Amino acid sequence: MSKSNFTRRGVLKTGAVAGAGMALPQYLRAQESGFTNAPGASEVTLGFNVPQTGPYADEGADELRAYELAVEHINGGGDGGMLSTFSSKALDGTGILGREVKYVTGDTQTKSDAARASARSMIEKDGAIMITGGSSSGVAVAVQALCQEAGVIFMAGLTHSNDTTGKDRKANGFRHFFNSYMTGAALAPVLAARYGSDRKAYHLTADYNWGYTTEEAIRASTEAVGWETVNSVKTPLTQTDFSSYIAPVLNSGADVLVLNHYGGNMVNSLTSAVQFGLREAQANGKDFEIVVPLFSRLMARGAGENIKGILGSTNWHWSLQDEGSQAFVRSFGTKYGFPPSTAAHTTYVQTLLYADAVTRAGSFAPCAVAEALEDFEFDGLGNGKTLYRGDDHQCFKDVLVVKGKDNPESEFDLLEVVEVTPVDQVMYSPDHPQMGGAEATLGECNNGA
Amino acid sequence: MLGLTKQDSKLMLIVIGLVILAPFILNPFPEGSAMAQFNAGYPDLMQRFVIFGIFAIGFNLLFGLTGYLSFGHAAFLGVGSYAAIWSLKLITLNVLPGIVFAIIVAGAFSFVVGYVSLRRSGIYFSILTLAFAQMSYALAYSVLTPITGGETGLQIKNTDSPLLGGPTDGSIGRANLFGAEMGNSFELNIGNWLFTFNLGYYIAAAFMLAAFYLSIRIFRSPFGIMLRAVKSNQQRMNYTGLTPKRYTLSAFVISGMFAGLAGGLMVAMDTQVGPERMFWTASGEVVIMTILGGAGTLFGPVLGAGFIKYMENIVSKINKDILHEWFAFMPDGLEDFMVALVYPFIGKGWHLTLGIMFMLVVIFLPGGLVEGGQRIAAKFRRTKNADTPDGASKPAE
Repeated sequence: MSKSNFTRRGVLKTGAVAGAGMALPQYLRAQESGFTNAPGASEVTLGFNVPQTGPYADEGADELRAYELAVEHINGGGDGGMLSTFSSKALDGTGILGREVKYVTGDTQTKSDAARASARSMIEKDGAIMITGGSSSGVAVAVQALCQEAGVIFMAGLTHSNDTTGKDRKANGFRHFFNSYMTGAALAPVLAARYGSDRKAYHLTADYNWGYTTEEAIRASTEAVGWETVNSVKTPLTQTDFSSYIAPVLNSGADVLVLNHYGGNMVNSLTSAVQFGLREAQANGKDFEIVVPLFSRLMARGAGENIKGILGSTNWHWSLQDEGSQAFVRSFGTKYGFPPSTAAHTTYVQTLLYADAVTRAGSFAPCAVAEALEDFEFDGLGNGKTLYRGDDHQCFKDVLVVKGKDNPESEFDLLEVVEVTPVDQVMYSPDHPQMGGAEATLGECNNGA
Repeated sequence: MLGLTKQDSKLMLIVIGLVILAPFILNPFPEGSAMAQFNAGYPDLMQRFVIFGIFAIGFNLLFGLTGYLSFGHAAFLGVGSYAAIWSLKLITLNVLPGIVFAIIVAGAFSFVVGYVSLRRSGIYFSILTLAFAQMSYALAYSVLTPITGGETGLQIKNTDSPLLGGPTDGSIGRANLFGAEMGNSFELNIGNWLFTFNLGYYIAAAFMLAAFYLSIRIFRSPFGIMLRAVKSNQQRMNYTGLTPKRYTLSAFVISGMFAGLAGGLMVAMDTQVGPERMFWTASGEVVIMTILGGAGTLFGPVLGAGFIKYMENIVSKINKDILHEWFAFMPDGLEDFMVALVYPFIGKGWHLTLGIMFMLVVIFLPGGLVEGGQRIAAKFRRTKNADTPDGASKPAE
């Protein structure tokens, strides 16, 4: 057998060599440009990370369509869509800073692990300079943290939980979509005006993060207008039969049911509430009402007849009559044959905003892009005047209160806009308790390598 | 070598070679070429290959040897991950203590689950483990949100201050091994080829080799023979006065610790945990990996794990545009036809492709991919023998 002699000098020597060896790669990581995945002279790659399988596959497919459309418009193809209505005129249809936009796609499967794996492959293998997408808050928060670490920009897609720009906010992450707090603030006055201010609410809440933040937001803002919360019950995410949760509602003394559910959950709970006759019921001498805080067209389609007359909120709707929305609906409709969903809108806008910020900054470096986006005010992208707040990287804009349409004309025409709540009403301070309080910080922006 | 037979040493050396040269083997196509799409030699996927290799090796120790089909192994992986991330958040950003914690916690948890579940065998055992795993998932997703972070999971934050040194400048701490970060890579350019040597990968690979070695030793040990006896005839074991439960429980705990190690490594390489890691589909995935590669074989599970992760990460990323590029040389009509023909099997259709491959393997190669390899090898050997003019080597048929 071999005989080993440990001498002081030998150990020191080995240690020094090993230490140098380990330090070496760190030095080699740095690229000449000073940031991760600096694009070449002719092309730049963006990463579109959306759920193509799993519960939100429909939303993901629509997001992908919008991304493709955005890339086409940025590269100067098609009819230009919202480029012509966008208040910033930096983009001229020649790609981003003269580079043609290419993209790679990935499947998040609506799982944070899969989403991060897919995002990492885009960053490590395909050289993506920006990652965008996601259609659940868990995924958005996970991918946002990854992008922060890797030093690329993350433009969040469909994510409504407060946490994304609340307690989990990151310097490299940006969200255009609205959030639970804004839903509460926008809905409460409309609810008070329509149903009176002496209502008693009963909450059914999906038992996960988004459910909690939404319930908290709705409770806080409805209680502020005089409502009382009778009870709130958490329902498992995988629940499909809600009858046992709906049955106690009628005898609880409540006269409004708030369903903090999304997607298939909401379709099932609403259907069973209607089957139990809650909509015809009377309580406390008033008509019983149902409220669904977050609406999407895809959910409305699932719920069918049951959704008629029910109030909720949404980020954008294709029936809006402003120039930007119409331009977007027109080019989306021409290309795909049907109107875009709200998920498609937010992802399209996020891509344009990113491209515009790079052009204005004159650099792809994430910190420069972040600086260009922070406190950026713009208009003409479908939501009216909008502010990208620098303190938490959240967009502030008017919020739509919608209701299920009584006489839909087509399978896409399911929601109608009841009221547009002005942005001032949904504004909050960056250190609001629902947003993680004073502890939540963006941290330092990261250029990566 | 190290208590291995000659043949096992050969296998071990081959695996070591494969693992060390993986950055070359997995990147056969030059950068920028149309085939570069199929390169798998980037850090994240290479890390996943070896980490899920460990997970499958551990699962195979239970399923391949004792025949007990656990349908809840992802729970141990998840528990290990949570243990590791808390260690990174609270104790130190060095990954070693985290990995050790992951193994210990997953071992303890698998002891509890195993103690209860192993009272039954066959389908009842599978259902019990499945129930435990789903319960863990549900707890992590909602009830235990303060500990597990719920749906959004846990990450290292800039507000975390581990006991033994963390960043003081408000930046987010990174997992490291005595100061060397997992993400550090050395890139080698040869012509148009780019090879990435990632520190995290080699650390995970070292653990994988250790796990593989341990698995060979267990397979060849008297303990391994006992486990095989459980599989072939448990009643007979009872009659000879042996207590099978002692052996099955040990196998279950060892296998749970392997899963914990895999979970700890996942956190070390990518510092976040989400509850989906424990979902029943994740438990199902490791079963498929093992069966696809070859249950009860030494190298099969690793092969199966690599195969599935490759499909998940590479095939799912091919989109319509890429297809159009591939078939661009064809006339327009034919191009669209080919794209329409292939499209359902790539991108979001990767599950479909995987399902078809799995069916083909199970039907035609019941022994998994390893059997496929053996058959090909046998064919080559036969033709070689037939070619030799020496009549003595011909089989006497």
